Amino acid sequence: MPDVQALVNDFVLKLKRRKIEGSHASARHTAELLRSVISQQRMPHTNQAGALIDAVKAVGEQLIAANPVELAVGNIVRRVLHIIREEDLSSTATAIEGLGLSAGSDDDDEGQHVDHPALSAAALAAAARSTLRAPSLQTLLEDIPRSAVTPQPPSSGGDSEGKSKSDKNLRSRKLKHDVIEAINELIQDIDTCHEQVSEQAVEHIHQNEVILTFGRSRTVKEFLCAAKEKNRSFRVFVAEGAPRYQGHVLAKELVGKGIQTTVITDSAVFAMISRVNMVIVGAHAIMANGGVIAPVGINMVALAAQRHAVPFVVVAGSHKLCPLYPHNPEVLLNDLKSPSDLLDFGEFSDCMDFGSHGGSPLLHVVNPAFDYVPPKLVSLFITDTGGHNPSYVYRLIADYYSADDLVVKRRSTS
Amino acid sequence: MELRRAPRTVIDPKVRQVGFITPGATLPPARSHSVPTDACSTSPPALDVSLPGSSISPVMIPPPRHASADGLSSLARSAATAAAPVPVPVPASHLRRDTVQIPVGSYNPSETLLGSSPMMSPSSGLDAGSEFSNEVPTSTWLGRRGSGKFASSFPATSGEMMAMKTTGGGGGGSTPKSSLTTASVVKALPGVSEKDGGALIEMQNEGTSKPQKQKTSKAERRAIQEAQRAAKAAAKEAGGVKPSASSGGAVPALKQGKVAKPSSQRKDGPQVTAPVTSSEKKVVDRLPEKDRKKDVPHPRMQFDDKHRVEKAKRRAVVNQSEARSRVELFRHLPQYIRGTQLPDLESKFFQLDPIHPSVYKVGLQYLSGDISGGNARCIAMLLAFKEAIKDYSTPPEKALVRDLTAKIGSYVSFFIECRPLSISMGNAIKFLKSRIAKLPHTLSESEAKSSLQSDIDRFINEKIVIADKVIVRHAVTKIRDGDVLLTYGSSSVVEMIFLYALELGKHFRVVVVDSRPKLDGQALLCRLVAKGLNCTYTHINAISYIMHEVTRVFLGASSVLSNGTVYSRVGTACVAMAAHAFQVPVLVCCEAYKFHERVQLDSICSNELGDPDVISKVPGWKDLNHLDNWADNENLQLLNLTYDATPSDYVSMIITDYGMLPPTSVPVLVREYRREHLWI
Repeated sequence: MPDVQALVNDFVLKLKRRKIEGSHASARHTAELLRSVISQQRMPHTNQAGALIDAVKAVGEQLIAANPVELAVGNIVRRVLHIIREEDLSSTATAIEGLGLSAGSDDDDEGQHVDHPALSAAALAAAARSTLRAPSLQTLLEDIPRSAVTPQPPSSGGDSEGKSKSDKNLRSRKLKHDVIEAINELIQDIDTCHEQVSEQAVEHIHQNEVILTFGRSRTVKEFLCAAKEKNRSFRVFVAEGAPRYQGHVLAKELVGKGIQTTVITDSAVFAMISRVNMVIVGAHAIMANGGVIAPVGINMVALAAQRHAVPFVVVAGSHKLCPLYPHNPEVLLNDLKSPSDLLDFGEFSDCMDFGSHGGSPLLHVVNPAFDYVPPKLVSLFITDTGGHNPSYVYRLIADYYSADDLVVKRRSTS
Repeated sequence: MELRRAPRTVIDPKVRQVGFITPGATLPPARSHSVPTDACSTSPPALDVSLPGSSISPVMIPPPRHASADGLSSLARSAATAAAPVPVPVPASHLRRDTVQIPVGSYNPSETLLGSSPMMSPSSGLDAGSEFSNEVPTSTWLGRRGSGKFASSFPATSGEMMAMKTTGGGGGGSTPKSSLTTASVVKALPGVSEKDGGALIEMQNEGTSKPQKQKTSKAERRAIQEAQRAAKAAAKEAGGVKPSASSGGAVPALKQGKVAKPSSQRKDGPQVTAPVTSSEKKVVDRLPEKDRKKDVPHPRMQFDDKHRVEKAKRRAVVNQSEARSRVELFRHLPQYIRGTQLPDLESKFFQLDPIHPSVYKVGLQYLSGDISGGNARCIAMLLAFKEAIKDYSTPPEKALVRDLTAKIGSYVSFFIECRPLSISMGNAIKFLKSRIAKLPHTLSESEAKSSLQSDIDRFINEKIVIADKVIVRHAVTKIRDGDVLLTYGSSSVVEMIFLYALELGKHFRVVVVDSRPKLDGQALLCRLVAKGLNCTYTHINAISYIMHEVTRVFLGASSVLSNGTVYSRVGTACVAMAAHAFQVPVLVCCEAYKFHERVQLDSICSNELGDPDVISKVPGWKDLNHLDNWADNENLQLLNLTYDATPSDYVSMIITDYGMLPPTSVPVLVREYRREHLWI
């Protein structure tokens, strides 16, 4: 599949060079890429799900390594893995059902049974369990190596062989088809999550509310505009969000919708927050503990909001839910950008010279891209599945990801 | 202290007795004369006491009759401590006493006898005094007052007698008051000049109950104050020390002797000194309260008050056009379109003859932003005033004091039109005006001018230059080797601290945090790096990223308000908050002349609006043009705040020229400082 590999490489390069940024764009791209990977994947006769998972993992590993900070990529890879597992499980379940049915109805018919000699009901159940992986001790104990279950001795009957082949083909095609269907749905979800989030806007924004937001997030914009469309009148303070100044863009968009907007500098956040009813911000990623990775400066806003007991609301699509628990996120999940955003390089270039002063420069310029907001500072998450407490995020994550995929790495054995 | 207080027990029951009996019972008019004469023979210290005695609040009612000496003394002690929670250098306390005294002494003489009109004189106790004589004729008051006086001013026996007398006699409501006033007047006498004394005695004989308003010359009042201060000083030392040499005349000295005698046998019996000290403390507490009522800062001009804005506009020199789209929350603050004033002012240069050129120049510099920073602006203003005073000549038929004050006032309003005054500038102006008001009449014009100029120099030197040096010395002790110090924006004092620490050979790293739109941290960064300091530069957004490695935060301040709020460049609160969240100590460096008694809870009620245009344009980001023509859209406003208020709980320590304080001690310093300010 050279063309898929080319696609992957292209995307990896884009991620590495930060050509694709922002969780929405990268999530969408990732999903599309994985869809083509899956559609190109040649399916083996046996253990199709395993093959698909391996293929997705291989690509996903590269993508995540390309920009580990762009957590949405990893999220989507895990989501796709989860989809594959679920589809496989459901198809297995139907198979079991069919098997049970056939076993019950015509027990005497040997020919029917011949093509599943190894697939006894127990083995099937084990396979199903291994894909389902319900978190219980029993599954741990029964963790039969897949190779023991899957290799099936070639069946004897010639006619039945052909029959089963066509059946398997059908099933494999069905699995792939189902997975691709599900991925399409996922892509659609990513695209429409704004709408679902903003549908809830009227429940949270009342008349004459004063809202503060920071920088620009598309979700926030849609959220506010949705409330405005429902004829709520409110005013918005927009902190400009240095060093990218996306707040200016947001302000322009909001004003275009007829919302009373005031642009303030980031430093004035503390001064203004005492007159604000609610802080609504977007996020870069929501971590499993309920913490938020967000554009730099938001932690300051969250602290100020906490000081003045102003609700701090994070709006985000569910593709930003990350199943990882952050460790030292300020450093490990951060990106340092070019100092030229902050300082004119010409003026200070000699200070940043490593040659002088014994090998270390006198001047360091720090320009991080993200902030980490601990869960205790967040009042509410509004996602496309509704509002959630930070402490509930871990459970949300269980809906979207399977525990096997937290570490996206190909098993070195296979 | 213990020893002194113990004797009070004998008298105190009487105090209480009087307090109980007085409802209905008041002094007969005849007393008024007998009391003064007695009082006359007592010491001037007693004089202070009479008032303090009267000023005891109901809370201070002594414990029940059976109370032991210990109980009483402890009470007194608690009163004393309550009155003096001041962790301020010793000299300050002297000052305080002096200032306290003045109202006490001047109140009666000047009101009832010399009857000065309630002027701006430092003895704002005047009002207190008149209140006393006019509207405090309730008998309880009187009783306590009288008894307090007796208790304090007379040795045991006579005191007892007097107390008996007072309690025994019932009478009219107002007369006793007069007796009291006269008494204190007479007591004041010894300290005062002979002439005044004569006047006093006459008045006393008249026994008028109502104070008459007359005029005292400044010099006279000063003389009185001097004398009384001296007397107070003597009283203070009465606890066994020799009377001070400066005490007004022979009489006080004599009294001192008298007082000193009983004090030598403290333990034995009731005596004078203990009440003196304790009640004096009470005065300290009480009178400033009145003082303060008068001195509550004037409400600032609110620019949403159309009437007043119109009025101000008519007077204005600078022609300003108001910005069109303004933020609703900030209607009360002035916002003008930038860039329109400057050409207008320039064209008017030759028509503005009342404005001195140097003042004019500084005003233009404010307007263009060439001078910024609290200290720089204040110094520039004072130097301009100095120039103006140098070239000043009193117009014919005008008094220098009044004319010059008016002139300075007009300069100040010109400055305000250029840029709203900072609090430090307001304090400096207050200082200068009080100096002008207090110029002795005897001075010739040139003498007065030179004295004012030297005053200005002294202010700059003592309150800014030396204060900064002291702050630097203090702050440097808080820098350890290996520290990472964070500062925000550009503060001249903080810069001096860093450079001095570097000079001392300390090893540390500096983090300069900056913010739009001023970006004055870059200039600071430039200077620090040029000196060879290891620096890190970042914007305020990254404050929680960088705060992990910081060990100390040094901040400058535009002003420190009396509730501990630090009023400083916008963003300071964010930095302090982040530091607080990361448990990094925040040290605010601020000269004491920037302290102000105003209180503020948020950054909205009073602030300064900067030019909103600078927000829409980001230097170096040419494609960032989303907010061009922002003024055309009525839904869009840009807000450029200049200051914000940092709550005091984010501040670990305030370093001033008086030492290092917690923010809770600011009001104390404000009070003390104001005193000193007046009596420089």
